[in-house]
Amino acid sequence: MTDLFPNVDWPDLVEATGETFYMTIVALIGALILGLFLGLLLYLTSPSGLWKNKYVHFIIATFVNVFRAIPFAILIFLLFPVTNFLFGTFRGTTPAIPALIVGTAPFYGRLVEIALREIDKGVVEAAQAMGAKTSTIIFKVLLKESIPALVSGLTVTSIALVGYTAIAGMIGAGGLGDYAYFYGFTRRNFDIVLVCTVLIVIIVFIFQFIGDWITKRLDKR
Amino acid sequence: MIKIDQLSKVFQTSNQSIQAVDQIDLQINKGEIFGIIGYSGAGKSTFIRLINRLEEPSAGSVLIDDQDITALSKRDLRLSRQEIGMIFQHFNLLWSRTVRENIAFPLEIAGLSKAERSERVDQLIQLVGLTGREDAYPAQLSGGQKQRVGIARALANNPKVLLCDEATSALDPETTDSILSLLVDINEKLGLTIILITHEMHVIQKICHNVAVMEEGRIVEQGSVLDVFSHPKQPVTKKFVEQVMGKPDDEVADDIFIQQVNSGKVLKLQFVGESTNQAFISQVAKKYDVELNILQGNIKQTQAGAYGSLYIQVTGTDEVVSQAIAYMDSTSIEVEVVAND
Repeated sequence: MTDLFPNVDWPDLVEATGETFYMTIVALIGALILGLFLGLLLYLTSPSGLWKNKYVHFIIATFVNVFRAIPFAILIFLLFPVTNFLFGTFRGTTPAIPALIVGTAPFYGRLVEIALREIDKGVVEAAQAMGAKTSTIIFKVLLKESIPALVSGLTVTSIALVGYTAIAGMIGAGGLGDYAYFYGFTRRNFDIVLVCTVLIVIIVFIFQFIGDWITKRLDKR
Repeated sequence: MIKIDQLSKVFQTSNQSIQAVDQIDLQINKGEIFGIIGYSGAGKSTFIRLINRLEEPSAGSVLIDDQDITALSKRDLRLSRQEIGMIFQHFNLLWSRTVRENIAFPLEIAGLSKAERSERVDQLIQLVGLTGREDAYPAQLSGGQKQRVGIARALANNPKVLLCDEATSALDPETTDSILSLLVDINEKLGLTIILITHEMHVIQKICHNVAVMEEGRIVEQGSVLDVFSHPKQPVTKKFVEQVMGKPDDEVADDIFIQQVNSGKVLKLQFVGESTNQAFISQVAKKYDVELNILQGNIKQTQAGAYGSLYIQVTGTDEVVSQAIAYMDSTSIEVEVVAND
């Protein structure tokens, strides 16, 4: 191994991999919560929704569209003041997380909205006919019935997140992107770049595999 | 008892307004099966959804046991809806829940404890004949089984009334019949009032006590099923009756089969609400020395008895034949001599 990849420092690599997992998973949880919130609001305030509201819908939709339009590399710079205010620095894994969440939650929010739209309106109507409260409809009908689609959307989001952590790595967020850039690219140690690439691909495959497996288990259709 | 008074619904689009339901007045008695028939676009689907306010009425009122549904606050409406069961054309079951869990859903909404829910679900599964399929998911069920789940779910909170929104329209004829029998069974066992809408006269004929015919948002004709079947007034009603009974009798009377009869008399027997037609023919044959030959008949069973007509050929001595005819005439069956030899 040492012959093939002479410049790779294995303990550092393990640490970088751990950092990538840390950033991805914490940001994924954030994107899940914020995305569900945004997606539900988009769905509920839409013209055919339970809380039909033109203005709220417009505001949320605009927010989502604007943040989806900003390329992630630029979003990180844009959020520098916020990150600095919150953490006193923009370097390290934890300060990267707000940007990762803001970058992916609107994307996941749209996926949530699509998943909710897929639910047969008749089922919501049946619940209303039974005398269900809106909160019951949200939690026991809308979210429960769309879980397979919500999980597969989360899988897609997690993969986008792995990519974003690598971009964040280039400005010193840590993780495999950081390692590949500073120790690999800037020092012309291309074996490091290669090893990091392989690891990132493996991580993506792991997320995809777990996501597909859960989706399959949950889908009763 | 359900009293519907001047109920109307107008749909407002940007450049026009559509009167889907137009000042409907109806009275539906406790424990009856009331059918509303109409072609698609007649407004019947909107009408049934006005009853539990899935659609907000534009005007008019709906009284269920003297409670004005149209005047209820959102919160009270939710409670009232627990007493109004509803089943749908496309069943509208929750995919992620098993049969048991689907049936338990309205009980969760009503706030029953887990033990109470479980006990009630067991009863309902038995009532609708789904024993053995409790833990299946809707995707694993046939259409008829899905509708049985729908019915069990609608009955879970012991409703006062069951609304059926084209409940059999997505099912094949055989399954339709089994679901209709289940509805009659429930109606008789529980004394439950059932309001159903359909575009199939067959459904009305099989299970309804009273019927209303809808066209362009209005009720154009209503009455007992036998009355409407035997004396349809509106063209649309006549068309629906033809769906089940075939062409009207006067056209049949000219048919060749009558002209081919060369001995005895041809009688037309009209049954309205006569449930003993089977024994009737043999009674006549036993009582009088006549030969009876059935030429053509079309008799349907409704909830209030049989309805239809039967053409028979009677041969024998003139005297005995007239006696037999006099006897038949003395029953509730209308007798008409259509041809002599």
